[in-house]
Amino acid sequence: MPDETGPGPSQRLSDDTLLEMYRLMLLSRRLDERAWALHRQGRVQFHVSAMGHEAAQVGAAFAIKRGVDYVVPYYRDLAMAIALGCSALDFMLGLFARRDDPWSAGRQMPCHFSDRGRHIISGSSTVATQVPQAAGLAFAIHYRQRAGLVDPQDATQPRLALTSLGEGSTNQGEWHEGMNWAGVQGLPMVCLVENNRYAISVPQTEQMAIPSVATRAASYGAQGESVDGNDVLAVHAAMHRAAQRAYRGEGPSLVEAHTYRLTPHTSDDDDRSYRSREEVAAAGEVEPLVRYRQTLLERGLLTPSRVDELEARTRAQVDEAQRAAEAAPEPAPEEADSPVLAPLPEGLT
Amino acid sequence: MAEMTLIEAIRTALDEALAQDERVFVTGEDIGRRGGVFRATQGLYEKYGARRVMDSPLTEMGIIGVGIGAALADLRPVCEIQFADFIHPAFNQIVGEAARMYYRSAGGWQVPLVIRVPYGAVPGGGLYHCQSVEALFAHIPGLKIVVPSTPRDARRLLHGAILDPNPVLFLETKYGYRQIRGEVPEQDAPLLPGPARIAREGGDLSLFAWGLMAFYAEIAAERAAQEDGLDVEVVDLRTLHPLDQESVLGSLRKTGKALVVHEDTRTMGFGAEIAALLVDEAFEYLDGPVKRLTAPDVPAAPFNRGMFDYFLPGPDDIFAAIRELAAY
Ligand SMILES: Cc1ncc(C[n+]2csc(CCOP(=O)(O)OP(=O)(O)O)c2C)c(N)n1
Ligand SMILES: [Mg+2]
Repeated sequence: MPDETGPGPSQRLSDDTLLEMYRLMLLSRRLDERAWALHRQGRVQFHVSAMGHEAAQVGAAFAIKRGVDYVVPYYRDLAMAIALGCSALDFMLGLFARRDDPWSAGRQMPCHFSDRGRHIISGSSTVATQVPQAAGLAFAIHYRQRAGLVDPQDATQPRLALTSLGEGSTNQGEWHEGMNWAGVQGLPMVCLVENNRYAISVPQTEQMAIPSVATRAASYGAQGESVDGNDVLAVHAAMHRAAQRAYRGEGPSLVEAHTYRLTPHTSDDDDRSYRSREEVAAAGEVEPLVRYRQTLLERGLLTPSRVDELEARTRAQVDEAQRAAEAAPEPAPEEADSPVLAPLPEGLT
Repeated sequence: MAEMTLIEAIRTALDEALAQDERVFVTGEDIGRRGGVFRATQGLYEKYGARRVMDSPLTEMGIIGVGIGAALADLRPVCEIQFADFIHPAFNQIVGEAARMYYRSAGGWQVPLVIRVPYGAVPGGGLYHCQSVEALFAHIPGLKIVVPSTPRDARRLLHGAILDPNPVLFLETKYGYRQIRGEVPEQDAPLLPGPARIAREGGDLSLFAWGLMAFYAEIAAERAAQEDGLDVEVVDLRTLHPLDQESVLGSLRKTGKALVVHEDTRTMGFGAEIAALLVDEAFEYLDGPVKRLTAPDVPAAPFNRGMFDYFLPGPDDIFAAIRELAAY
């Protein structure tokens, strides 16, 4: 089975892993809901939501070596960040823009992830900029392996670069240029397109003349696959195939996860002018968290009492993270002055 | 006369331009059904339809490139870049193409293109929803740069920009969109890019500003009059390129002291150009150093509110700078 030969995780998910994926989707969802509530109460300035995207993001994260492979996410990837090991407190510190916000020390908007230790690259808000960068990370992986700069047995070394973005953002030149570079050089890059049918207000039908972003992969010599993005296991399976191709040196892949954004674009948006309430309600019927819970209940991995227990535990986690973040100190205003340029290393003058 | 906010005046001008000239169309991200993320185009899609109020795909390079093409074919595109921060993917089309087209074709091809750009720091915007980009583009010959600071000027300058045969970058202070209100006459002639506006006359000190900072400058100047009896002349530049040098020099010759305020960062900001002009052309009139009050030299405005307030000059900072220079 080629599935088992790569350095990444196995395609077969253990019961513990299946439950862990649920737990992380749940945590992301409850953090997200709390952030909306805090915003309504005027206690935080801004929130951008992953609600509806949790299956796409958690399914993707579990197909790579989490914390080892490079990930270049985008603003909607809260569940991905959580699945990669970022904590509830990390998120809350960013939401409250505290000094100890590990992603930007209060400089960036919330959900602009960055974690050197976990190989999560800092992103801007500017869409698609991360795609050529992901190609560059994948290039470096390739380069370092070939130049013998890394020990092939070293399990701490990244073997692929995963990047993600929305379907609308695949109309940026940077997306096309990054995909082409990865394709022509056969780089270990996986691009996850979280297709929620809208770029803010503009529907996919006004963004591109094709129904599936995955077909664009062919132009770049990449493998393209579309998948039900509300089914965490389906996303995982597709992402697993993509990751394994990357690990085996077979070049880049594009996985398009069809999903829906359950909330307005951000806390600054009002989606009533461009989406009918019926459409939003219908999407709620097939949303990924409830659906996965149902799957786990049917498989006997969850029971109603276990569901309640997880809810209570998650709520306590969210409460505690919020409490700690609200109590955490603000940065001093003058901290805005730095750091702008990295100091020269010792001995370099 | 009607009182309007800055954004209402912009919407009014767009509405009028669409009604007056069939060649005018507007495009940009979310400007159709949603009426723009700031609602600058609200109601226009319903009124003029998707052909003339056209949501673009998510590509700034495309918005400007297509705008240039349409302008070459004698349409009058008004393109919106959703936030100045996202103009950079279109830099090549603006700087390399729109600005150089007329010169490189020895006058053969004109690019009557207007690019509307909400710019500047706003609380909660963070690094990528707060940038000021005027200096990046003011460096480029072949472009005009307009920055209105009153509703009346926003309306008539937008009309003027559409009439202008050159590419015009029309910068809109988004923090001022609803904060700045003012009277707008029922009938008003278009104002072509160019002349500065003496927003407040005075003999003690000249304060040069544009956009939100011009609005703040008037507040600070009023306070300086009341608290210190200082007579500050506020010059709202309105157009940065081409710069109304005569108004700048004329004011300095009158007051002898110059303070430039901008929310863009300091180094190579447009304030440096004003300072150089004053030193070049009016050295003997200067009674003190040309002072600049600006954002600090950091990549962009931070999200945290305390750090944000530290970054962005406000009326109190301007008042303090006036007081200090006046005492020189
Ligand atoms: C280059 C650039 N232009 C415009 C924006 C403003 N903007 C932020 S998100 C967005 C829509 C993105 O849609 P999509 O790629 O489908 O991702 P989604 O938010 O739906 O997940 C826009 C236009 C931006 N961030 N970057
Ligand atoms: Mg989308």
